[in-house]
Amino acid sequence: MSITTTPEISIDALRAGDRAEFARMVDVHSALIYRLGLKMLGNPQDAEDVLQNTFLNALMHLSSFEGRSSVSTWLYRIASNEALMMLRKKQPVSIEDMQAEDSEDGLIPAIFTDWSALPESELLAGESKSAIDAAIARLPEQLKIVFILRDIEGVSIKETAEILSLTETNVKTRLLRARMALREQLSVYYGERMPRKEKND
Amino acid sequence: MTDHLHDNCKALLGSLSEYIDGELPSDLCREIEKHLEGCDNCRVVLNTTKRTIDLVHITPEEQTVPDDVRERLFKRLKLDDYLNPQP
Ligand SMILES: [Zn+2]
Repeated sequence: MSITTTPEISIDALRAGDRAEFARMVDVHSALIYRLGLKMLGNPQDAEDVLQNTFLNALMHLSSFEGRSSVSTWLYRIASNEALMMLRKKQPVSIEDMQAEDSEDGLIPAIFTDWSALPESELLAGESKSAIDAAIARLPEQLKIVFILRDIEGVSIKETAEILSLTETNVKTRLLRARMALREQLSVYYGERMPRKEKND
Repeated sequence: MTDHLHDNCKALLGSLSEYIDGELPSDLCREIEKHLEGCDNCRVVLNTTKRTIDLVHITPEEQTVPDDVRERLFKRLKLDDYLNPQP
């Protein structure tokens, strides 16, 4: 997850008001935070708001940051909260969202088309990339945020749990539901596009 | 005994994520692999789930924040002095 070529951000320097170090922190972490905003909210304007508010918030709370978690965990927590807050302002929590955590529904696969052997060039061709983004966008927010952190950004289960103040078990459960829900949607999408040919292998 | 089979599939699906992430003990993995050999549906679900995860990788243009976004961010944070491109 960390960028190995750059030295760790120094918390001491940040807290001492080192602007250059703060700027370095912004450059190291802004791409992930911007992507998180984009995938959570679905448009560049809101993603930019998430990005700006995250660092303004960080600047404001720097003095109370005790360094018990890493700088990245701390920033991603602020960013996740920001994104979820903005999302709720736009669309209040739906019934689907509330059910997302304990319903078994999404866990039972219904489509068994095997599109997994299609080459990636084909799976990402044309409008497929936006179809995938749209499918991610349709995930209930509590699943979406876990999926973005873990599967898109490659954050560990442990750090995802820390960022979202969840237990690791909880993160794993949501991740499974997110993956299954997304798999189902992509199976519908690719199932309609599978070449209808005889299988000879 | 279709119910029994169904339970096996359900149990497998419950550990699918951890299986994909390589977080299961080897005896459980063997059990899962044994089930997969005889269950087409579970095999499809496994393969398409793996593929789903493969497909969401970050694209090159998503690796960085667009220049104008970065510029507005630095201005908002009063970090204009540090706007010059990083090494
Ligand atoms: Zn099965």
